[in-house]
Amino acid sequence: MAIKKDPNAKLPEDWRNMPGTVVFNLPFPKEWEDDDLKGMQPIIIRFDYSISYHHSYGQDSPWFAAIANGELIGTKCPECGFTTANPKLACQECGAETKWVKLPKEGKLHSFTVCYFGAEKFLDETPYILGLIELEGVDTLLLTRILGLDPNEPSLDWIGMKMKAKFRKLSQLNPTDVYFVPAED
Amino acid sequence: MVRKVYMVSGGVSKFTKARKDKTFQAIVKEAYDYTVSNLKIPRKEIHQRIEATTASYFSDHFTRQLMAGIMVQDYLGLIPKPSKRIEGGGATGGLNFQTAYESIASERFGLVLAYGFETMSHVNTWKGNEFIALASDVSFDYPVGGFYSGYYAQMCVRHMYEFGTTVEQLAYVSIKNHRNAMFNPYAQKSGRLTVQDVRKAQMVAWPLTRLDICVMSDGAAAVLLADEDTAFELTDTPIEITGVGTGTDAMRMADRPHKDVLLLPHEKTEDYIGERFVGGKLNYPGIHSFRAGRMAAIEAYKNAKITDPLKQIDFAEVHDAYTSSELQTIEDLGFCKYGESGKFTEEGNTFMPGIDYGLDLPKQGTIPVNPSGGLIACGHPVGATGLMQAVFAFWQLQGTIKKHFVAAGMSEEKASVLQLNNPKRGLIHSHAGTGTYVTVSILERPKDVEIVDQ
Ligand SMILES: [Zn+2]
Repeated sequence: MAIKKDPNAKLPEDWRNMPGTVVFNLPFPKEWEDDDLKGMQPIIIRFDYSISYHHSYGQDSPWFAAIANGELIGTKCPECGFTTANPKLACQECGAETKWVKLPKEGKLHSFTVCYFGAEKFLDETPYILGLIELEGVDTLLLTRILGLDPNEPSLDWIGMKMKAKFRKLSQLNPTDVYFVPAED
Repeated sequence: MVRKVYMVSGGVSKFTKARKDKTFQAIVKEAYDYTVSNLKIPRKEIHQRIEATTASYFSDHFTRQLMAGIMVQDYLGLIPKPSKRIEGGGATGGLNFQTAYESIASERFGLVLAYGFETMSHVNTWKGNEFIALASDVSFDYPVGGFYSGYYAQMCVRHMYEFGTTVEQLAYVSIKNHRNAMFNPYAQKSGRLTVQDVRKAQMVAWPLTRLDICVMSDGAAAVLLADEDTAFELTDTPIEITGVGTGTDAMRMADRPHKDVLLLPHEKTEDYIGERFVGGKLNYPGIHSFRAGRMAAIEAYKNAKITDPLKQIDFAEVHDAYTSSELQTIEDLGFCKYGESGKFTEEGNTFMPGIDYGLDLPKQGTIPVNPSGGLIACGHPVGATGLMQAVFAFWQLQGTIKKHFVAAGMSEEKASVLQLNNPKRGLIHSHAGTGTYVTVSILERPKDVEIVDQ
C-alpha cells in the first residue's frame, strides 16, 4: 500500500498565535568552544496559563445555599456531639455521618489579623481584616472577613468582642457571602 | 524492631531568590554532586551503589511541570532505579527524609538518596503567595482572603492573647536567626538586626512584619542514608537517625478542636490548669499550638528514648517560616511549657552560645534553635527545606561545619562560629501549612564515633 503524502503541509504563518515569546536576532557565534556556550545567559520566555474550573461544593453545597439566603448552618455528629461551623459531613472526631444544624448568627471574635498584603487575587482589597468567630454550641471556629473595625488600629482588645453575621445582598456563592461586623450592645 | 539507619552525607545548593541560570534538575544535581563527593568511596562507585531515591517538591504550579521528579531522576543518571515523589506542603522535605529512613529500616534498601527542590522564582511574589494559599481549603478558606501570612498571624495573635507573648519576643527570633546566618555561607539573607528594625519593617499581616516572615527561594538539597554496614564503609562519622515522628491536624485551622493538652513524658496535667489560662485550663490545640508538632515529638522522643528534651537534645533546626511559628514549635517540642516560649526566647535559651546579638540574654545557649539561621534567613524552597535542615544538623553532629562552610567560600575564622562544642543529639522539625503535617526526626552521633575537627 502506498504511503499517503501531504504536499501542502506547512508551519503556522501567523507567529502571533504561537506559544511563548519569539525573539528576533538572538545572537549565536559562528565559531565557539564548549565554555562559550556554557557561559551563555539563560533565555527566559513568558508563558501565560489560565484555566476555568467547574468546582463543585459537592456535599457541602447546602452551606453555600444557606449563606446565600441569609442563614448560617453547620454539622453536628449524632454520636459524639462534635459540631462544626464549616461543614464536615463525616465527623472529624469519630468518623460518623453528621447532620445539618442551624447555627447562631452572633458570636465572639476569637482571633484576627489585618492583611496589608495578600495573594495576587486579593491585593486590591488590602488592607482587609480576617477573623475567626466563636459560635455558641459550636466546637470549631469560622474563618471570615471582618468589617466595621479600623484596619489601621488593630488591637488585642478586639478579641472577645461580640460580632454578628451579615450577608451579602447579591450572593457570589463564595464563603464571603457571610461576613461579620461588631454587634451593637 | 527496625534496623538502624544512618545519614552518611548531604549537600545543599545555595538558596537564592532566583536561579535563572539552571533548571530544577541541574540545581538538584549541584546538591547531589556535593553529597556523593565527600565519602571514603569514589563518587562513581557510590552513584552505582545507590539503590533507590525519594524525591520531594511541593508545588506543581511553580514548575508548571507535572512529573518533575522523574526529570530529576533522569538528569541525575539514576534511572532505572526505584523512586517516588513525596509531598506534604511545607513538611515535604521532612516527610521525604522519613520515607528514605523507612525504606532502609524496613530492609527494602541499603543505600538511599533523598533529594528535594523548589523553584519559586518563576512567578512574581504575590502570585507565589497565591499558589501557596491554594494549600488551604479552596472552598472555605482561600476565597476569604487566602494568604498564609494572614493565617499564621491569627495564630500568633491568639498566642499573644492566651499567653501574653509580645511582638518584641517575636523580634528576638528574627534577630537570632538573621544573626546566626551571618556565619552560614548557604544562607539567603542575614544581618544584625534590632527589635526596632523588625518592628519598623513593613507590616504584612498584623503583627507580623516582613522581617518576621521567610522569603521565596530557588534551591535544592540532598541526603544519603544507609544501613549500618554501608554507613561505616562510606564514612567514619555517620550519624544515626534514632527516632522519627509524624503528626497531622485539620486542614482548616478553624476546625482545630479545644481539648486537653497531649502531654510529653516530663509534663503533668496540672501544668495546664490554673488561673493563668483563659477559662482556667489550657484549651488545646486551638489555633495557638500545633497538635501535629506535639504528636510528631511524642513519637520521635519515644523512639529515641528522650524523656527530658531540654537536657537530652543539644540543638534543633525547626520550622520558622514565621517568627511566631518558632515560638509555637519550641512549646510543641517541650523545650519549655506551653505558653512560655516568649519568655524562654527572651532569656536567650534558644540563642547560640558565644555570639554577640546586641541583646541582654541571661540564659544564652541552653538549647540553640536554628543555629543555621532557619528558614527565615536560609530561605524556604519548600521541597528542599526539610532536607537542608537535615544537612546542617548532620554537619553539626559530625563536627564538620567549618570544613563545609570554608568549602562554600567563608573565611576559616567565621566558618567555625556555628559549630557547637561536641553536640551529641540534634532534632530536625519540618512543618506544613498551619500545622497540618509535621515531622520530627532525631539525629545522634553514635557513642563510638568521635567528633571531627574540634
Ligand atoms: Zn463524632
